Amino acid sequence: MPLLRSLILLFSFIAGLASPAFAQGDAETLRPLINELAKGKYAETEQQIGALVATGDPAVAPALRALSAGDLFFRKSDGQVFITEKAGKSYKLTDPLTLETQGEAGRRDVKKIKVNNKLRRVIRSALGSLTLMAADPKVRRAAAEAVFKAQDPDSIEALDTAIAAETDDAVRTVMEQARAAAVLNSDLEEAQKLAAVETLSEMGNRSALSLLINVRANSEGAVHEAASSAITTIEKSIAAWDSAQNIWYGLSLGSVLLLAAIGLAITFGVMGVINMAHGEMVMIGAYTTFVVQELIRTSAPGLFEYSLFIALPLAFLTSGLIGVGIERGVIRWLYGRPLETLLATWGISLILQQAVRSLFGPTNREVGNPDWMSGAFELGQMTITYNRMWIIVFALLVFAGLMLVLKKTPFGLYTRAVTQNRRMAASMGIRTPWIDALTFGLGSGIAGIAGVALSQIDNVSPNLGQGYIIDSFMVVVFGGVGNLWGTLVGAMTLGVVNKFLEPYAGAVLGKIFVLVFIILFIQKRPRGLFALKGRAVEA
Amino acid sequence: MMSSFLFRAMDARAGVFLAIMAAVIILVPACNLFVPEESPFHVPTYAVTLMGKYLTYALLALAVDLVWGYCGILSLGHAAFFALGGYAMGMYLMRQIGTRGVYGDPILPDFMVFLNWQDLPWYWYGFDMFWFAALMVLLVPGLLAFIFGWFAFRSRVTGVYLSIITQALTYALLLAFFRNDMGFGGNNGLTDFKDILGFDIQADTTRAGLFAASGLALVLCFLICRSITRSKLGKVLVAVRDAESRTRFLGYRVEHYKLFVWTLSAMMAGIAGALYVPQVGIINPGEFAPANSIEVVIWVAVGGRGTLVGAVLGAVLVNFAKTWFTAALPDIWLFALGGLFVFVTLFLPKGIVGTVSDGWTALRQRRISSDFGEGSGDPPAQPPQSPAAQANVPEPVPATSRAGAVHPQPAE
Repeated sequence: MPLLRSLILLFSFIAGLASPAFAQGDAETLRPLINELAKGKYAETEQQIGALVATGDPAVAPALRALSAGDLFFRKSDGQVFITEKAGKSYKLTDPLTLETQGEAGRRDVKKIKVNNKLRRVIRSALGSLTLMAADPKVRRAAAEAVFKAQDPDSIEALDTAIAAETDDAVRTVMEQARAAAVLNSDLEEAQKLAAVETLSEMGNRSALSLLINVRANSEGAVHEAASSAITTIEKSIAAWDSAQNIWYGLSLGSVLLLAAIGLAITFGVMGVINMAHGEMVMIGAYTTFVVQELIRTSAPGLFEYSLFIALPLAFLTSGLIGVGIERGVIRWLYGRPLETLLATWGISLILQQAVRSLFGPTNREVGNPDWMSGAFELGQMTITYNRMWIIVFALLVFAGLMLVLKKTPFGLYTRAVTQNRRMAASMGIRTPWIDALTFGLGSGIAGIAGVALSQIDNVSPNLGQGYIIDSFMVVVFGGVGNLWGTLVGAMTLGVVNKFLEPYAGAVLGKIFVLVFIILFIQKRPRGLFALKGRAVEA
Repeated sequence: MMSSFLFRAMDARAGVFLAIMAAVIILVPACNLFVPEESPFHVPTYAVTLMGKYLTYALLALAVDLVWGYCGILSLGHAAFFALGGYAMGMYLMRQIGTRGVYGDPILPDFMVFLNWQDLPWYWYGFDMFWFAALMVLLVPGLLAFIFGWFAFRSRVTGVYLSIITQALTYALLLAFFRNDMGFGGNNGLTDFKDILGFDIQADTTRAGLFAASGLALVLCFLICRSITRSKLGKVLVAVRDAESRTRFLGYRVEHYKLFVWTLSAMMAGIAGALYVPQVGIINPGEFAPANSIEVVIWVAVGGRGTLVGAVLGAVLVNFAKTWFTAALPDIWLFALGGLFVFVTLFLPKGIVGTVSDGWTALRQRRISSDFGEGSGDPPAQPPQSPAAQANVPEPVPATSRAGAVHPQPAE
């Protein structure tokens, strides 16, 4: 199927870089060359093809492809060459350079440019070198990848020249891999093939694997064995990369859980208060981001890239103030009655949800990603999206910041004192009511900035918080109350376990397993992974 | 033996409640079936169904009150038992459809035909018989509660931890029942029921019958709860609620008591679910939502935890308000419900019945002390008080005390 191969080659290159502007720019010089094709016999045609290739301009490729397929005609009246397509009794004409339709012509008005197999071969290798030698490295890469897929032995020569001339290391690697694929499909000697197997084995990804599996099936002797051992190596490396990818996804999920749960861990740990409205604090943080972005869009579009940094302190303040309000207004009357607190905060969460629904409407609001949050990059065989990466970084930063606050500031000292022994702390002159209010505010504020991060990866709707509340509780209960390290370990463990279960059990079943696991885990260690010891336990 | 059991269940408040229930059970179906439609006393069928639904909710609230109000176990997952009972009944109703389904398959329910299943899954066997389904309504929630409670109470998971894992339980079931592979109709659940025990499920008489059945079930469960809470067993339960460690040190096997009421309560919730499904005509995984379970708790809190009548009253009142609000002012409902949560916990910790009963007691106390006059040195006699009312009094929380840490508590 040489035709198919050249088609694939061409297609890849058109997809890669057939910018019409470029083609039109050179149309004046290229057009006469193409029109030349209408004249002379096979020998002349071969020279004319050579002349076209010599321009090194990928824009001539469609014409060559059409010539090879027998679709290149010239108009008898003026000798203009067109790509044609039969439409009923007449032909539809397409300009070979601009690829624009140029009307129709009757059967008698046009004449086909003849082509034979020798010419087709010439065209094919010409096309290969045309794209493999293109100026743009992207085109060269795409062409090499197409050769890799097609495994066309005829393109080995073109590849050799291209590899010799290649300046870009990455593209050269792709070309060498393509060459290896082509060599394995050719009837070259064994040594060459062994070298090719080696190259593919180094490549180590899934396409190399499937190629090698083919080779193993169709070969004997040394090549067969080399392929087998290469396959084992590749399978191992793919499994390792898969695990790495899973761990990455798990860490990403874990960091989301950490963000959502860390504020809860503070309020729960310090005050023994179950704050069911915690998810709504996250939601309010996300809506703060939305409002900030809206304001920026209307008044200062240039600041959009920094919108998240502007939203962070605002979200912290908004959620934190609402948190302090809740503590002063409701929760402080309910200390010592944790179950009642749970009910009252649930009521507050309903009110906040409905309030946001009334203000912003029940549908999802759009929060945009700044440029530095969008896109992805490849690390080995893993794809890492920027937003996930930044959220992991952000979660760890928040964690570190919170640790600093709790360990290094007077406020943190007071908070820890109150957590460990409330009465003793009060006797030492710490104003525990204020510490309670501020701690609750801090926990809610952290939830608010978690909302800013989550607005980047989740739908911003009034129900945003509800989706996280149960998971956050699981994290806190699993990690143990009163210990932020427990929350960190708990979140990351649950995230990674969840992602490792997913391929085997499916997303929903995996989650069910995790829930059941936590239920059983609580039986074994009712106070979580990192339980506080001593008198504080009875709090 | 039996008579003393029943006698214990009676007192003035229970008497009033039973009289009202008897009147409702007789009058509502009668006014629906025998009073002509143009009469002002006619009760339309939709109202019968609606009130029947309230009665099943009241039964669910009763179940929650038994564990929360008397034993201090705040369950945020009782809707799971309710829904499991509902699913058991729904499976029976699905099997009754027979060839009248859309696909007309005599054995397989419609959704299985749709999913290209060839055979009935093993756990659907037997549900074509009512007695089996009725047994399952009790056994499935009971067994789940028993296993869950066995683990949880033995390892002394208490307080908010227990609440959170009950929530995890119902959440896990929610996710599980959403799966099509589970064989319970996935997202859509079970619906399109035709008849129950051979009666057309849409007929007025069937609806009236279901209403009466719900009322009877409620009365029966009320009597059971009542006799339990007024027995010695009930006293131990209250002791567990108020000072678990102390009760344990007195030699009671706390976890056994807890496990008993917990399982019983789950079975009652299952019955409520089973009566709920034929009346609303559908059961889907949404019933497992954790929010539902929390809502049940607020019904109990509104009515008065630790008073059985309060649970029933709260369930009916809140659900009536919900029906009215969601029709008249749909945007306000969540504000109202949320406000109710906050208001009741802050200002009405004993609920309506508890507060009224306290006020009544205080009034009588004042009257008695004024009868004695100022000159009399005798202390005022302790007014008669129902144990339930006593049980209802939570530990006094001193205004100065802040969190649980301050609370004097026996060490474990």
